[in-house]
Amino acid sequence: MRSSPGVRPAAVTARGWGWRHAGRTRPAVSGLDLDIQPGERVLLLGPSGAGKSTLLHALAGVLGDGASGASGDPGASGDPGDAENTDETGSLLIDGAAPRAQRGRAGLVQQDPETQVVLSRLGDDVAFGAENLAVPAAEIWPRVREALDDVGLGQLPLDHPTAALSGGQKQRLALAGILAMRPGLLLLDEPTANLDPAGVLEVRDAVGRCLDKTGATLVVVEHRVGVWKDLVDRIVVLQPGSATDSAVLIDGPPDRVLAEARDMLIGAGVWVPGYVPATRMRTPARGAGQTLLTADALAVSRERPRRAGLRDGFRTIAPRPVQSGLSVRVRAGEALTITGQNGTGKSTLALTLAGLLRPVAGTISATAELSSPATGHSSGRVRDSAGPDPYRWKAQQLIARIGTVFQEPEHQFVTGKVLDELMFGPRHLGYGEDRVDELLERLRLTELVDANPYTLSGGEKRRLSVATVLAAHPQVLVLDEPTFGQDANTWAELASFLSELLDAGTAVVSVTHDAEFSAVLGGAELRLRPRETAAADAPGPDLQLPEGASP
Amino acid sequence: MRDALSLRGNHALLTRANPLAKFTAVTLITLVLALSIDWVSASVALAFELLLLPLAGLTVAVLWQRGWPLILAAALGGWSTAILAPDSGPVLLDAGIWSISAGSLQLGIGFMLRGLAIALPAVLLMSCTDPTDLADALAQNAKLPHRFVLGTLAAMRLVGIMAEQWQTIGMARRARGVGSSGNPYQRFRATLGQSFGLLVQAIRSASRLAVTMEARGFGGAARTWARPSTFSGLDAWVLLGGLGIAAAAVAAALGAGTWNLVFLTRQ
Repeated sequence: MRSSPGVRPAAVTARGWGWRHAGRTRPAVSGLDLDIQPGERVLLLGPSGAGKSTLLHALAGVLGDGASGASGDPGASGDPGDAENTDETGSLLIDGAAPRAQRGRAGLVQQDPETQVVLSRLGDDVAFGAENLAVPAAEIWPRVREALDDVGLGQLPLDHPTAALSGGQKQRLALAGILAMRPGLLLLDEPTANLDPAGVLEVRDAVGRCLDKTGATLVVVEHRVGVWKDLVDRIVVLQPGSATDSAVLIDGPPDRVLAEARDMLIGAGVWVPGYVPATRMRTPARGAGQTLLTADALAVSRERPRRAGLRDGFRTIAPRPVQSGLSVRVRAGEALTITGQNGTGKSTLALTLAGLLRPVAGTISATAELSSPATGHSSGRVRDSAGPDPYRWKAQQLIARIGTVFQEPEHQFVTGKVLDELMFGPRHLGYGEDRVDELLERLRLTELVDANPYTLSGGEKRRLSVATVLAAHPQVLVLDEPTFGQDANTWAELASFLSELLDAGTAVVSVTHDAEFSAVLGGAELRLRPRETAAADAPGPDLQLPEGASP
Repeated sequence: MRDALSLRGNHALLTRANPLAKFTAVTLITLVLALSIDWVSASVALAFELLLLPLAGLTVAVLWQRGWPLILAAALGGWSTAILAPDSGPVLLDAGIWSISAGSLQLGIGFMLRGLAIALPAVLLMSCTDPTDLADALAQNAKLPHRFVLGTLAAMRLVGIMAEQWQTIGMARRARGVGSSGNPYQRFRATLGQSFGLLVQAIRSASRLAVTMEARGFGGAARTWARPSTFSGLDAWVLLGGLGIAAAAVAAALGAGTWNLVFLTRQ
């Protein structure tokens, strides 16, 4: 690999820098004094609300356009008209000049893979940044090829559709788009929070290679210290803004910071290497639980059946299943973990089991234990017997039997207040309002009852989404990547809470890459294998029985 | 949606023409056909357009597959015109308040053919033109503001994402006990709620995408283009072809005496 000409590592200087978002009373960052030397690699840590993302956005020169704090910040959809009301104090400079005035000096990679792709062809997307910097056209394509090689996407054709990339590939594409701009400062805002373990390593290694080659300065924000510890040479811990204290809590080489501030970091929910948060132990079950849900010869797909055209007589064409020939048993008080690489249809299987997607082939049937429970609340109007097929249940019959927690909590919010959100299920069912207080207490939401769900932090949103689904007393709980992007504290609370539910007899089906999480829950693992690539275009069924499937 | 816009595998002649030339040719034909409701100009143009299908890499089967809603709409438009237009000439069908006369039937067929002849060039254009290349041509050759053109192009990608989000939000809300049953009013309210959820997510996606684009230096005054949009001899033929089809349609209609400018009322 030849070294990239033209990359001049950038220096960052902050003197008493502070920033207040429009419409907020408290500043996101205040009194920040920080010097980053050219070529230094810094991991930025701190509890949520310490202003890590705000700092990265400021360095990227994208702060203050009404697009503030776009990664999960509740103010993201704020009125751009409020932008004048933002408040900047002190100075934040890259190489002695304001970031906004230096287009392309810093490159930012954000968390959400989907919104980091700008154009529909691979090469065009990488070229986009260089074009905007008015790089001569003849120089752009060599830069594009080099950047794609550096992030490990060089084997793909330049007209490869970006929509066909995996999450990890999209993040590496975003990195390539930044590299083609030859920035002196790489800014990564939780670039791996939404990725599976393989994707996390792909991205981390690509970043490492590029830094070794260009010598650029790095500032990365990430909860999972273990991923970046060996790649960075300095850790800076920020604390939430206050008028008196300095914004920087601790600053030093990784080993020293992790040794000195270990307890504080653990307290703040940071994933410190070698530390697994303590969780409640499960009580060994007495014998096998009642079977609640069985699936046989199941084939699943997110696509709906479509009508063929006139020539084919408008017959129904079944979608191509992403998985087929699956057998699943869901039992009371037992956990089932669905694992497998990205794109193997884990979520699709879980949503099908949850009665939200129609099976392409095979059957899912609820046993009498689940469809017409003998015990439970007598006053309920939907506690009448439902049929065996969860997909055909009415929404209210469904939530009282199978609860599903989606990966993105916001997709499930239906009201404007935390309390209403929790009362929503019970009010519609006509029972269960008495359990809401207990859930509020148990998931530490009592203080937040009047808050708007959209304004909560990531961890609070996750706890709320679990609580709202449980308020309807389902016997089966289905969770899609419940621990993605969560800090260690929320992780531990969630794992302990689910282990309690399991002991109390709820069945828990979870889609997860998180081996430690599934270890806490115990139970069986259903490992989905990628479909044969050779058979990808053949419509025929490809029967494969996953290992570890319950008999 | 995303698949339909993909051009991979289409190597037909017209894919190599400059999008702006194709766009201009299509505009010419559309403008001329919009001038007159008559079946002669429309059917002449339609016949030429059908002959061009192979040059755009389309077959009649693929055209039907992608364009059947348009074809259906044109047929419906023609039918309702035939029914509703003022009668003239001998009445062919009388069913109470609806009647079809020779004059209204002619108008109806003209309307249907015109609809098809106007819609087909647009289908042809999109089937042999990548949206990115069209944006390049509009910004570089037609000198439209690049911020506007590229912003629109990037936003089009979000439409595909929104279609997926609509499905996910629908399922997520069913898992909360909303929708899928009840009276029409309740269903309407459920759809309204789902739309609001989609709107919130769309705004989130859009603001994140805006940050992505700004962080990649988008929005500056100066910009270079990695894909220079150029013209070739083929483009002259495309323009001549567009001009030729438009002229042939007008000449045939004038010759047959059916030319009928829509904005000149004859009665």
